[in-house]
Amino acid sequence: MNALATPKKWEQYFWPLLACALFLALWHYAVLWSHTRIFPSPREVERGMVELIHQHVLWGDIADSLRRVAIGFGAAVLLGVPIGLTLGWYPAADQVVNPTMQLLRPISPIAWIPVSIILFGVGDDAAIFLIFLGAYFPIVVACINGVSNVPAMYRRAGRNFGLTPAELLRKVIFPAALPQILIGLRIALGIAWLVVVAAEMIAVDSGLGYLIIDSRNSGKRYDLVVAAMLLIGVIGLILDLAFRRLERIKSVRWGFRNAS
Amino acid sequence: MPYTMSFTEDATPTMTATKLSVDHVNMTFTRDGKTTPVLEDINLEVREGEFICLLGPSGCGKSTLLNTMAGFLQPTSGAIRIDGEPVTGPDARRIFVFQERGVFPWLTVEGNIGFGLAKLPRDERARRITHYIKMVGLEGFEQSYPNELSGGMKQRLEVARALAVNPDMLFLDEPFGALDSITRLVMRGELLRIWEAERKTIIFVTHDIDEAVQLADRVVVLNSRPASIQQIVEIDIPHPRNLSDPRYLELRDGIFQQIGLAHKV
Repeated sequence: MNALATPKKWEQYFWPLLACALFLALWHYAVLWSHTRIFPSPREVERGMVELIHQHVLWGDIADSLRRVAIGFGAAVLLGVPIGLTLGWYPAADQVVNPTMQLLRPISPIAWIPVSIILFGVGDDAAIFLIFLGAYFPIVVACINGVSNVPAMYRRAGRNFGLTPAELLRKVIFPAALPQILIGLRIALGIAWLVVVAAEMIAVDSGLGYLIIDSRNSGKRYDLVVAAMLLIGVIGLILDLAFRRLERIKSVRWGFRNAS
Repeated sequence: MPYTMSFTEDATPTMTATKLSVDHVNMTFTRDGKTTPVLEDINLEVREGEFICLLGPSGCGKSTLLNTMAGFLQPTSGAIRIDGEPVTGPDARRIFVFQERGVFPWLTVEGNIGFGLAKLPRDERARRITHYIKMVGLEGFEQSYPNELSGGMKQRLEVARALAVNPDMLFLDEPFGALDSITRLVMRGELLRIWEAERKTIIFVTHDIDEAVQLADRVVVLNSRPASIQQIVEIDIPHPRNLSDPRYLELRDGIFQQIGLAHKV
């Protein structure tokens, strides 16, 4: 395919579907030829998926995972956006806080598991705290960068029209930084979805992460393990696609590629 | 000197009140312990309703001068007064127009023009928005976003946003520099039409000699680094100006010579 030519309608669907089919075929024959008794074939996973869907616990698990992400991610947004905007607005404050934040940022939320259990005990709160940690730093960093990358021209135009600092922040800085903030939120949501699965393996007894670990522990049901994995992938994809729809809102679309 | 020019080295305006006075303004930038003079002893008086072009090569300091007039920069020494009051910062009575990049991409055409009008009652605000959309010919684009507009339309939008707050001065920093030459000619005509209708005092920075001679009442020719006033040329041709008029060519060629350019390609 020529990278410059716009693909035909059928090509837009055909090639991705072909890649997917090839992946399934590779998986199928790898299982067949290696004579593995443990790892399930695509057909077995499909049957496992059907079994899960017929069990009512699956919907409960999905709802629990989504609820934890919603709370943890929501708290990270509510706390991270104002803090990020403030640090972006006052570079002096950012210089004070930044080294500490850069030190904490590379620590995987998984490493926080023991600490979160000490703080919150084994349960929902510990899992939500881990999601919060995973989402918080990318949000703060995106807000700081978003604000400090606002072109000086916009700030000056705002000041020229006699805005107070509070108005300037609300009417100029925030809308100007919003596309970058949205990118940060999207990354954070992806991380939150990664972390929830890990958190549910340790701290709680419901959710998709728990489903995986429970399927293995209770009878080595690897067909259910892989089915749950695929489900996590599909839901993550849906969350991402849903979030990307925000990029089409007209007042932020200018900040994204392919803006028209 | 082969050309007869009306020189006004130290212009003493008599017809109307002085709007802006620049009095012995000097400016130095300090970077890495090195001080660079940018503006050197600038003296200028601008009358109410006058159209002034600051002309000089790129990087000569003319934008710095414009920014000090608008209050975004403070001169190192000397004073700038508008209506007799010292300039201490930017003010909504005097709007700075950037190249079209100053429009807010997150607001519609209407939102941009109404940006400075938040304190007005709703109907007055709507009336002004309609008026200026019409004045700059953006009817039908009220709900469009800037990235759906051409460069020339964005430039007109920014001028409309500035005019909507009814300022008494406009500062324009190479406003048409990013436009193609045809749009640029059209925009000059539009700006003059608006200026004749509203009679704002306009300070217009450009490096284009033709543009300066086409637009200005007086052209302030600046030397390079540090910027100092080389000469002030009065353009005594009434609008609309005929670009093949001998007087036009005479004034233009005079400035070419003054700047030290051989007028041949």
